[in-house]
Amino acid sequence: MRRFIGVDEIEDMALGATVLGAGGGGDPYVGKLMAIEAIRKYGDVELITPDEVPDDAVVVVSQMMGAPTIMVEKICSGLEPMATYDEMVKELGVEPYAIYAVEAGGVNSTIPFILGATRRIPVVDCDLMGRAFPELQMTTLGINGVKGQPAVLADEKGNTVTVRAIDDRWLERIARQATSVMGGYTILASYMCTGRQLKDFAIPGTPTLCEKIGRTLREAREMHADPIAAVLEVTRGHRLFKGKVVDVERNTDGMFVRGRAVVAGLDDDKGRELVIEFQNENIIARADGRALCTSPDLIMSLDMESGTPVTTEGLKYGARIVVVGMPCDDQWRTPEGLAVVGPRAFGYDLDYVPVEELAATEGGR
Amino acid sequence: MAEEKRTWRLGIDVGGTNTDAVIIDGDLNLVASTKSPTTEDVMGGIKAAMHEVVSQIGLEAAANIGFAMLGTTHCTNAIVERRRLNKVAALRIGAPATTAISCMADWPEELKSAMRVRDFLVHGGHEFDGREISALIEDEIREVARVVREEGFESVAVTSVFSPVSDAHERRAVEVLRAELGEEFPISVSSEIGSLGFLERENASILNAALVDVARTTADSFEEALAAEGIVDVAVYLGQNDGTLMSVDYAKRYPIFTIACGPTNSIRGASFLTQEKDAIVVDIGGTTTDVGVLFHGFPRESMVAVEIGDVRTNFRMPDLVSVGLGGGSIVRRAEDGSVTVGPDSVGFRVTRDALVFGGDVVTATDIVAARGLAPEVGDASLTSSLDADLVERGYAEIVRIIEDAVDAMKTSAGDVKVVLVGGGSILAPEALEGASAVLRPPHFGVANAIGSAIAQVSGQIAKVFSLSETPRAQAIEESKRRACDEAIAAGADPATVEVIEVEDIPMAYLGDALCIRVKAVGDLML
Repeated sequence: MRRFIGVDEIEDMALGATVLGAGGGGDPYVGKLMAIEAIRKYGDVELITPDEVPDDAVVVVSQMMGAPTIMVEKICSGLEPMATYDEMVKELGVEPYAIYAVEAGGVNSTIPFILGATRRIPVVDCDLMGRAFPELQMTTLGINGVKGQPAVLADEKGNTVTVRAIDDRWLERIARQATSVMGGYTILASYMCTGRQLKDFAIPGTPTLCEKIGRTLREAREMHADPIAAVLEVTRGHRLFKGKVVDVERNTDGMFVRGRAVVAGLDDDKGRELVIEFQNENIIARADGRALCTSPDLIMSLDMESGTPVTTEGLKYGARIVVVGMPCDDQWRTPEGLAVVGPRAFGYDLDYVPVEELAATEGGR
Repeated sequence: MAEEKRTWRLGIDVGGTNTDAVIIDGDLNLVASTKSPTTEDVMGGIKAAMHEVVSQIGLEAAANIGFAMLGTTHCTNAIVERRRLNKVAALRIGAPATTAISCMADWPEELKSAMRVRDFLVHGGHEFDGREISALIEDEIREVARVVREEGFESVAVTSVFSPVSDAHERRAVEVLRAELGEEFPISVSSEIGSLGFLERENASILNAALVDVARTTADSFEEALAAEGIVDVAVYLGQNDGTLMSVDYAKRYPIFTIACGPTNSIRGASFLTQEKDAIVVDIGGTTTDVGVLFHGFPRESMVAVEIGDVRTNFRMPDLVSVGLGGGSIVRRAEDGSVTVGPDSVGFRVTRDALVFGGDVVTATDIVAARGLAPEVGDASLTSSLDADLVERGYAEIVRIIEDAVDAMKTSAGDVKVVLVGGGSILAPEALEGASAVLRPPHFGVANAIGSAIAQVSGQIAKVFSLSETPRAQAIEESKRRACDEAIAAGADPATVEVIEVEDIPMAYLGDALCIRVKAVGDLML
């Protein structure tokens, strides 16, 4: 059955993607409004499954790169995705069959729909992270040897840059520098791959999961059910800690916001203290010196009452939150995956232990 | 006999329907209270209420009054009713950026058309690091000024990309507009109103611009009324929407900060009167009902998008729902036989237009009077001609609106205590679905004014620090101390001042800079 994404689906998807953003991925508001404005103007966008993409067809990612906090202030011209697409077609010599999202995050979950609506191109129901991560090469295609390059960057002023890099780390470095010069964020076309590679390596169903989480949260609120319990059910998540944010420290290093939030326990967690370390996304959650959840599993802060996801930039003194841990996609739990997104990859001297095992030793809290 | 220290407070709350006044002594005892109709000129109602409470204690005791506080819901009413709003020209400085989302894209259609806003986009704005996106073209701004003049726009809202980092283009645009439109022309500048977040700041600036006449009328009325009553040499404050107080001059320039101070005051007043620390507070006035949450003794702040009249903005607000139900709400029967109540209201004319007062408009008050639930209001026999079916359906509709609003503020299915305040709370029944208890404290009608009178003073600091010069911990300590000093300088008792909010915003784009915002509050020094 053909499925189309319209304004209502975008609303739910953007909310759910912010949960899967694991503290990062940006505020969904601006990306959502841009997608909605494009859909209102040009029509709903067809969502196809990876299986529907022919093996030899070409697909590309449409994404945003840089600081979401800058995009919230300097909104796109709206022409950037089309500029990157046209340059990419020139570079490849073929028209892509479809486009897809790189990650589940407030912003990048909806960006493909601007291009999809405007150019009437289907969007594939998959992504390359199943959550949000801070760097371009942290993808399931990347750990399977598929390169992110060539990539085309565009800014709102009309500048475009095509990057042909020797590997993804160089792509990341060059693109970051260009993005900084171009004004703090750019829109990209990247991760060109075949339908076969998409079926083998992409994480299927992430956009649909985002939509489901968003819809669940919305319906739980409407019916006054516990929104956090509802999210835990859909995400197979674990309740890690409940408390009030008492301090947030942030340091910005290049395009990354690194920092930590200290949460003082409430109710069952009274007397305990949780520390969340973040690098754009939440990386480690520790209580009493013990890890409760680490990357690549997802650490998510939800507003205690409404269940609304709180991104790391939204963490404030006095915020009352429930911290939740969710298992990541199995591809990340391989040695290849952990080498790229495990605790050590982010500079923490810690072995990765799956959140469900940590939760079991914690006493099933 | 006058005490040595003038520690008494006069608290006034102007609602859409009634103007409430109270006098509270130095030990926080209520010594006088009144409720009088809000008049068409506003000042008449303030004057009458003020005169009444001063008469209750006598002129000699009135000499103890050292503070006068005004909380007003006028700005909120203006937006909810879509009335008395200035015709706004919204100037966006940012092309070619920002065109992916139109001005007011996320606003309700109906408010958008009532606002009579025209948006203009010109080149300019800044990057995160202070570079220009494109140069400001002054002729484009002069052209906007020409349209403003020729088409009779009354107020301008100027929003430039990254103005919290560099306000150069906003300031220059204001100079060009002032040269064309005159020094006195109302211009709302986004960097003075909101923080980072372009659309939210633009929305807040447009609302602020639309409210300048409403605020001016209200502030002027209060100052004149105080002078006329002979209350001189007192500290005058206006309530702002975080439950604290601000100066009158400040309020005239930033009317938007008065929005929702009424509900904040009712929530604080409801807590003071019931000694409850956790409850849902329903404040029913003549035009609107505001429902807020008392959480550990303070109004719960909204953690999610801050919406005013369904418009997303970015300054701090209490978590509230506001619905168009009040004592003056107009009751109508639709063609299909169903009955609607509000959202439009006869407002302060309820005592003239409602049936119980001899008028000819069927209001929510008439419905409860017809059911014999408001024996002290007007002459219930004047509602005898009302169709029984209309009364039944109208009452069911009133209860439904209140229950839905309470429900909207709940986050779990459990029952909660509900505190009813406000003059219109006669509309509410003794029991509500979803409420474990419905409390209507003594003096419920003037909870707003009590909340206004007991309000605290705040001090706020927002400063950019260079981390290489000042370590973060030291910068925060310094900011906390300065915010506390500001609160003390504004009249807070040093023994009661506490920091209620610390926020640091990394401004990496400005090197190693960190913007630290701290807010402290304390009780008035008596």
